[in-house]
Amino acid sequence: MPMFIARRLLSGVVLVFVISFVAFSLLYASGGDIARRLLGQTASEETVARKAEQLGLDRPLLSQYGDWLSSALAGDLGRSWFSSLPVASSLSDRLAVTLSIVVGATLIAAVVSIVLGVLAARRGGWIDGAVQFVSVIGFAIPGFLIALFLVLVFAVNLHWFKATGFVPITQSFGGWAASVTLPIAALSLGAIATVAQQVRGSVIDAMSRDYVRTLRSRGIGINRVVYVHVLRNAGGPALAVLAVQFIGLLGGAVIVEQIFALPGIGQLTVQATSQGDIPVVMGVVVITAIIVVVVNLLIDLAQAALNPKVRLS
Amino acid sequence: MTAVDLPLAVPATTARVSLLRRMLRKPLAVVSMLFLAVVGVIAIIGPWIAPLDPTEASLQRILADPSSELILGGDSAGRDVLSRLLAATQTSIAAALVALITALVIGVVAGLIAGYYRGLFDSVASWVTSLVMALPGIVVLLAARSVLGPSVWLAMLIFGVLLAPAYYRLVYAAVTAVRSELYVDAARVSGLSDLRIIGRHVLSVVRAPIIIQSAIIGGIAIAIQSGLEFLGLGDMNVPTWGSMLNDAFGSMYRQPLLMLWPSLAIALTCIALTLLANAMRDVLERTVAVRRRRRRAVTTATGSIAAVTTSVSLSGGDVDAIDDSDIHIAGDTIVHPDDERTSQGPRDRILTIRDLRVGYEQASGPDVEVVHGVSLDIRKGEVHGLIGESGSGKTQTAFAVLGLLPRGGRVTAGSIVYEGTELAEATEKVYAGIRGKRIGYIPQEPMSNLDPSFKIGYQLVEPLRRNLGLSTKESTERSLALLDRVGIPHPKRTFDAYPFEVSGGMAQRVLIAGAVSTDPDLIIADEPTTALDVTVQAEVLDLLRDLQRERGMAMLLVTHNFGVVADLCDRVTVMQQGRFVEQGPVRTILGTPSHPYTQSLLDAILDEGPARGPLVTEATTSEGGRA
Repeated sequence: MPMFIARRLLSGVVLVFVISFVAFSLLYASGGDIARRLLGQTASEETVARKAEQLGLDRPLLSQYGDWLSSALAGDLGRSWFSSLPVASSLSDRLAVTLSIVVGATLIAAVVSIVLGVLAARRGGWIDGAVQFVSVIGFAIPGFLIALFLVLVFAVNLHWFKATGFVPITQSFGGWAASVTLPIAALSLGAIATVAQQVRGSVIDAMSRDYVRTLRSRGIGINRVVYVHVLRNAGGPALAVLAVQFIGLLGGAVIVEQIFALPGIGQLTVQATSQGDIPVVMGVVVITAIIVVVVNLLIDLAQAALNPKVRLS
Repeated sequence: MTAVDLPLAVPATTARVSLLRRMLRKPLAVVSMLFLAVVGVIAIIGPWIAPLDPTEASLQRILADPSSELILGGDSAGRDVLSRLLAATQTSIAAALVALITALVIGVVAGLIAGYYRGLFDSVASWVTSLVMALPGIVVLLAARSVLGPSVWLAMLIFGVLLAPAYYRLVYAAVTAVRSELYVDAARVSGLSDLRIIGRHVLSVVRAPIIIQSAIIGGIAIAIQSGLEFLGLGDMNVPTWGSMLNDAFGSMYRQPLLMLWPSLAIALTCIALTLLANAMRDVLERTVAVRRRRRRAVTTATGSIAAVTTSVSLSGGDVDAIDDSDIHIAGDTIVHPDDERTSQGPRDRILTIRDLRVGYEQASGPDVEVVHGVSLDIRKGEVHGLIGESGSGKTQTAFAVLGLLPRGGRVTAGSIVYEGTELAEATEKVYAGIRGKRIGYIPQEPMSNLDPSFKIGYQLVEPLRRNLGLSTKESTERSLALLDRVGIPHPKRTFDAYPFEVSGGMAQRVLIAGAVSTDPDLIIADEPTTALDVTVQAEVLDLLRDLQRERGMAMLLVTHNFGVVADLCDRVTVMQQGRFVEQGPVRTILGTPSHPYTQSLLDAILDEGPARGPLVTEATTSEGGRA
C-alpha cells in the first residue's frame, strides 16, 4: 500500500514537471514577439527590445525556465505583467471559489449518479427509460448552455437566486450556498449524465454475478446486497469515470465562472488570456495540473479502499 | 469455436449497408440524420440565402423585435439575427470539422501504428496520450490563445490534437485485438503486405466504432468552439453560434429571446449527433449480440449430441410397456416405490414441489417455459439427487425453490411448500425467514460465488449476525470453528483472506461452511463438485456426506454425475428437457432403470470404457457400507 501511494505520487510529480516544462516552452517560445504584442504595433523597435530585456525574454528559453522553476519551487510564480500582483497570491485567493464549485459539483454528481444509476438498474421500465433520456440530453447539451438556461429561469425570471456574485463561506454560509447553487447545478448536470450511465451499467453487471445470488441465499436482504456488496464492486469503474469528469468540470468552471461572474481561477484565466498575461496563464496551467494530480491520487486511494486487488498488488 | 469465430470480422461491406438500413428503421435516428442534413446544407449555402448582410449594423434595428423584415429580430449592434444565424452555421460547422479531422487523422494513424507495430512508438504514444488528457481542454486552448491570438482555426487545430486520444485509444484497442486473430496471421503468412492487412482486416473492424466516435467528437467540438466564442475569445468579426450567444448574453435582460436561436442551434446539433451515435451503437451491439447467440446455439447443439443421442420422447410407447404393478406414473414421471432402505427413514416431508412450472419473459412474444410442471418430495434428513444433462432445468428448479431465479424468470404455475410455507411467488418478506435460516445453498462455481471485495471472514460473519442476531465476537468464533470443521488447515488465515487469495477447493469449503453456518434443515447444492479437481471432488463429497449425517439435514443435490448420485443420494429424480422422467430409490434407478432416457444416460457412462466400469460396483459397495 505505501508503495502504491509512493508510485502514484511520483508519477504525479513527474507529470506536473513535464506539463510545466512543455507549457513554458510553448508560452515563451515566441520570445521577443511577446513584447511586441504587449506594446502594440506602433511601438518602436527600441522600446520593444527594452521591454523584452526588462521581462527577461531575451535570454535563452532554458535559463528562463530554470529561473521560473527555482522560484516556483519556493512558491513564487512571478508577477502579472499587467497588475504587477504576485501570481501565486492571486491564484490562491481565487482557488477557494473554483474549488467550492468544482468539488461541490463532483460530490453532487457522485451522489445523484449513484441514486439514479441504482434506481435505473434495479427498477428498469420507465424509470430506466427516463434516466437514459436525461443522460443523453445532459451529455449532449454543452454545460454553458445549461448554465445560461438556469440563469434565465431561476435568476432572471423567478428571482430565486442572484444571477451573479460570490459570497465567501467565511462571511455567511447561507449566502455562500445561495451563490454557488446555480453554478454547481449547471456544472454537475453533465457529469451526472455520464456517471449515472456508468453506475447503471456497472450495477447491472454486478447484479448478475453469482455471488449476489449466494449472498441472497444466505438471507442477506436485497437492499443490503445492493448497497454494500454490489455498489462496492460497481464503484471502481464509476470512480474512474468520475475522475475523468472532474477534469471536465475544471474546464467547465472557466465558462460557468464567467456566466455567474464568480471571482475564480477561470475568470482570471479568461482575463489573462485576452491580455496575453503569460506569467498568470503559466500559473493557471501549473495549478490546474497540480489539482488534477491531487484529485487523481485521491481517486486512486478510493479505488484501493474499494478494491482489495488494487491494494494488494 | 475458431471456425465459428471467423465470420465475425469478415462481412464488413454488407454490415455497412444493412447498418444504414437498420438505422432508417429507428425514428430518432432518422430525425437526427434529417436535422443534421439540414444543418449541413445551411452550412454550405447559408451565406447566400441570408436575406441581409450578416455584418451590416443599423441603429434602427438594435434589439429590434421580430417583424416581417427581421424575422428573428436584431441583435445588440443592430444586425439581422436570421442572417447571422445562417452565416454562423458555416463557420461553426467548419470549425468543428477542423477539430474532428485533425483528431481523426492523428488518432487513427497513431493508433494503427502503435497497435500494429507496438514497440517504442507504442509506449511514447501512450504516455503522450495520458499527458494530453491530464489538463482540461479549455485551459490548454486559453493558454494557446494567449500566445497565438484569437484565431478560430488555430484553436480548433489544437483542440483536434487534444481530442486525438479518443480515436487513438479506440483504434489501438481494436488493432491489438485483431492483431492476434488467426485470420490476420493467415493473411501475414500468405504474404500480404502490412498496409493491405491494415486496410483489409483492421480498418474494417474499427470503421463503425470510428463513425460513432466521430458523431460524439463532433458534438464536443461544437460545444467547446461555441464555448470559446461565448467567452468572447474568438474573432468577433466572424459570426458564429458562440459569438451570437455572447452578444445575446450581454442583452439578456432587455431581449432574452436573442439567446434562444443560437442556443437552439448548438443544443439541437449536439443532441442530434449524440442520438445518432447512440442509435448506431444500439444497432451494432444488437448485431454482435445476435451473432453471439447464434454461436452459442451452435455449440450447445453439437455439445449435447454426445450426451443425448439416445434421448427418447416420453410420448413413445416404451413407458406404457412397463407392467410392474408397484411402479406408478405421476404425470410424466415414472415413480418407483421405496426399497427396504429408503422405507426405513422418516417419511415426513420437508419440501413438497407440485406441478412446478418456470418461465422466462421475453422482450417480444410469450414466456419461454423451461420447467414444465414437475413434482418432487424431499423427506427430512434425506439426500435427494436431481440428475440430468446440461440445460435440462435442474438448476432452474433449484433456484425456483430459493426464489432466486435470474432476471426475467419466475414461477408461472404450481406450488413449492417448505414445511407448510408456500414459496411459489412468495414475497421477499416470506423468504426472509427461510433463506439462510432454514434453507442453505451451495453453488457450483466456488470462485465467482464469493464477493471479491470482501474478506472471507466478513462473508461468513455477516449472515450469522443478520440471521441469528449473534454479536461480532460470537459469529467470528463460530465461523472459525466452521472453517476448521470443513477442513481448512489455517482457519484464521483463511478468515482474514480475500477470496482471490485461496484455491478453488478452499473456496468451495468456505461456501459449504457458509451454507451450513445457520443450521438449516435443507441444503440445496447445485453441482457442488463440478468445478473442482478430481481429487478435491472426493474430499468435498466426503465432507458433504459427513456434514449431512452429523446435522441430519435434508439435501437437494443437483448434479449431472451418476458417480456423485451413487455416492451420496438416498433417492433420485431424473430430469430431461424440463420434465421429470423417473423418480425412485437410488438403487432401483441405478440398478433397474425403467425409462429409456435413464437407461441411455447410464449406458453412456458404461460405454465410455472399462475404466468407468467400477462405477456401479462402487455404488453398490458404498450402498452396502451405508446399510
